[in-house]
Amino acid sequence: MRIEIRDGRLVDPANAVDGRTTLYIEGGKVAAVGEAPRGWRAERLLDAGGLVVCPGLIDVSARLREPGLEHKATLESEMTAALAGGVTSLACPPDTDPPLDEPGLVEMLKHRARSLHGAHVYPIGALTVGLKGEAITEMGELSEAGCVAFSQADAVLGDTQVLLRALQYAGSFGYAVWLRPQDATLARGGVAHDGEVATRLGLSAIPSFAETVALDTIFELVRATGVRVHLARLSTHEGVARVRQAKKQGLPITCDVAIHHVHLCDVDIGWFNANCHLVPPLRGTRDRQALRAGLADGTIDLICSDHAPVDDDAKQLPFAEAEPGATGLELLLPLTLKWAQEERLALSAALARVTVAPARVLGLSSGHLGIGAEADVCMFDPLAPWRVEPSALRSQGKNTPFLGFELSGRVRYTLVGGQVAYEL
Amino acid sequence: MHPVRNPQLNDDGELQHLLTLEGLPREVIGRILDTAVPFVSIAERDVKKVPLLRGKTVFNLFFENSTRTRTTFEIAAKRLSADVINLNIGVSSTTKGETLLDTIDNLVAMNADMFIVRHGQSGAPHLIAQHLSAGRRSHIHVVNAGDGRHQHPTQGLLDLFTIRHYKRDFRELTVAIVGDVLHSRVARSLIHGLTTLGTAEVRVIGPQTLLPTAVESLGVQVFRDMHEGLAGCDVVVMLRLQSERMKGSLLPSSGEFFKHYGLTAEKLRLAKPDAIVMHPGPMNRGVEIDSAVADGSHSVILPQVTFGIAVRMAVMSILAGN
Amino acid sequence: MPVSLPDAESVLERLAGRMRGAIAHDAKLVGIYSGGAWLAERLARMIPGEHPVGYIDVSFYRDDYAERGLRANPATTSLPFEVGSSRIVLVDDVLYTGRSVRAAINELFDYGRPQAIELAVLIDRGGRELPIDATYVGERLAVAHDASVVLKRSEDGRLALSLEKAGDAPRA
Repeated sequence: MRIEIRDGRLVDPANAVDGRTTLYIEGGKVAAVGEAPRGWRAERLLDAGGLVVCPGLIDVSARLREPGLEHKATLESEMTAALAGGVTSLACPPDTDPPLDEPGLVEMLKHRARSLHGAHVYPIGALTVGLKGEAITEMGELSEAGCVAFSQADAVLGDTQVLLRALQYAGSFGYAVWLRPQDATLARGGVAHDGEVATRLGLSAIPSFAETVALDTIFELVRATGVRVHLARLSTHEGVARVRQAKKQGLPITCDVAIHHVHLCDVDIGWFNANCHLVPPLRGTRDRQALRAGLADGTIDLICSDHAPVDDDAKQLPFAEAEPGATGLELLLPLTLKWAQEERLALSAALARVTVAPARVLGLSSGHLGIGAEADVCMFDPLAPWRVEPSALRSQGKNTPFLGFELSGRVRYTLVGGQVAYEL
Repeated sequence: MHPVRNPQLNDDGELQHLLTLEGLPREVIGRILDTAVPFVSIAERDVKKVPLLRGKTVFNLFFENSTRTRTTFEIAAKRLSADVINLNIGVSSTTKGETLLDTIDNLVAMNADMFIVRHGQSGAPHLIAQHLSAGRRSHIHVVNAGDGRHQHPTQGLLDLFTIRHYKRDFRELTVAIVGDVLHSRVARSLIHGLTTLGTAEVRVIGPQTLLPTAVESLGVQVFRDMHEGLAGCDVVVMLRLQSERMKGSLLPSSGEFFKHYGLTAEKLRLAKPDAIVMHPGPMNRGVEIDSAVADGSHSVILPQVTFGIAVRMAVMSILAGN
Repeated sequence: MPVSLPDAESVLERLAGRMRGAIAHDAKLVGIYSGGAWLAERLARMIPGEHPVGYIDVSFYRDDYAERGLRANPATTSLPFEVGSSRIVLVDDVLYTGRSVRAAINELFDYGRPQAIELAVLIDRGGRELPIDATYVGERLAVAHDASVVLKRSEDGRLALSLEKAGDAPRA
């Protein structure tokens, strides 16, 4: 199918493109930029006047809740949400029910996702069987089935020796391991950041050093094994400083931050707003500041949505009992734009954090719109205002700390593999 | 949208619920304490009832067991001529299968006018209050009878009433709160009440393991040494040490705790000669307080109980009239 | 249409005169806060004989609690004698709808069963909404609906009557 995306502001951070031009797509790939290929006749013309045209967003953490947790969300609803958010590739954590520790489950998930003709789904496999933190999984089989990395999601891996063995094994085959830097015992029972807010509200707290102690352990193990580790969801300023230093020392690590932590801190819990119950917890203003600085100087490689749809029954409970998590696929783009605007960052630099950087970490060739690239495209109106309300969200998860917020940035079209998969 | 205004006050600034002493204006606290004064003498009459809450149904919703607190609320409500229903949901409602909010909705359908809620989780009464205002049921009032470690506002108020009864002006007082502040909703309520009323100095005394992070941000001075902390105090408030704390890694033993942080006559001598000793109860004699002190001339622990009924009557009658 | 108010001290003298020799020799005077309380104190000195004084606050017995809520700063009822089998004279400043007196009677009965209750008021302005009448009246006055008759006491103890707009003042 020949599609012409005319006169949009093409922002392609990987190829340093930012300007008004026309994109020509044919056979599922980018055929030309700026000048039409010889003999070009478009079968579909998309008027991109006033819109930004960028590579489809790549979200490294989006829970689709299948298999097993369909009362929270289904593949159908969440894939629609992804496209509505301009996300054309996503990686899903292994904490489904059962967890993604068997190749059969991974294959089934990929098959289901493909049949829906939505975003590309890249499953992250379980690092240990059942995510129990005891026995390592058959990473070779899982990799063959389509897993792009291995992680424990939020499950505890308290045994450092098991972690070491898992890293050594993964390292032998060059697999990447994704780890949440949170010490299991120091964070035990905690639901909020250890600071003034938790003290006032009487909530069990997670100290910052639960993150730094874990980071120190992980860095030591990375030094010993040389394995590529991606740190999932940084939250503290001390953590950012340590990652900065570790990168300077040449350790093969990358890291990310969830979009919520870029904007919110513990004060936003207000009167026990359970939508602010997140993992890792929302921390202090100094931490938020450091996360933003880390994103700006590249210490933090990318932003993800950490999409976790939660059903209402699981959220309408006292704060500590409410299930942590927030819906985020449709908010990743407008919230990234909001961050860029507040920090006066160039649009290209901001979009790099959700396109080319995640592609690099996941080892994908997508995330850019050079000639010959897979035509995964997001077209959005950066100025279109919309109010975050349950009715405005396609995801089955309606719980987000941003409910009631007025945001700018609405996706008009999303193309996957050169086909229009979503239009507003 | 999550509410940003104080959920305790209605649009006219009147008290709609009593959820926390944090952020409660001093005039509101003052009014509750003033209203409690005549209720104290009601207890001395033959007919200990007044008709204010006649026809109203008060539900005592206790998700955490507490015979003491539940009984004082029941007495207070009955003295206001209300109908009282006690619901002891000792275990978590989720094991019953019914969510907290479903339970509330069912009781509302039975014409509840007021909920007295005690829950093991911080924020549970706030959740209930928000649920009621979202459903436009603002004539139903919620009183927090203790939520997790967060607040126990009626206890804080009766402590303030007691101090005011014996000591008059808060602005000249040094008040020490001793013990497990970390897990104490009583301490949090009292600290907020004392600072709102302009208390000269509020001190917390306890071991590092039992003091919350950034406790100074609440407006208190921290003392780890009880001898230093008690020097010159007008009021000493001893907190209950729960035996579960001794099992964890927070404290080695009750004996050790008593040695460093238990109130004895000898340590009390460091406070002012006319200092009063308070305790929210029930007391662990020999753990946080010596029997001799608990039963001694400085102790106002029993009057606290009497004042507690009057203060709760004041709270309920102000709420029900708004 | 301004109503000229009488001098409170003179009316009080007249009221005391009507009560002298008429009330029981062992009658107790119970003043309804706050105007009635001042009057009860004064009357106890003006009427010969031993007449113990008590004070009653009717905030907890009012019938307008549902509409107006609890009045701010209720005072403490103090009855330093056995109400049961006492002969009591309730004292109030202004008798209007009769609701305050009804509340006071209900409250008294929660203390005990009096032998008899009489009512003494400084001013009776009519406008009754309940079947209540005063035994002893200082003076009768006709006052407009939207006006309130208020008794005030100055620092030196002198009593004076004034007229105010009805507004939110609870109606006696």
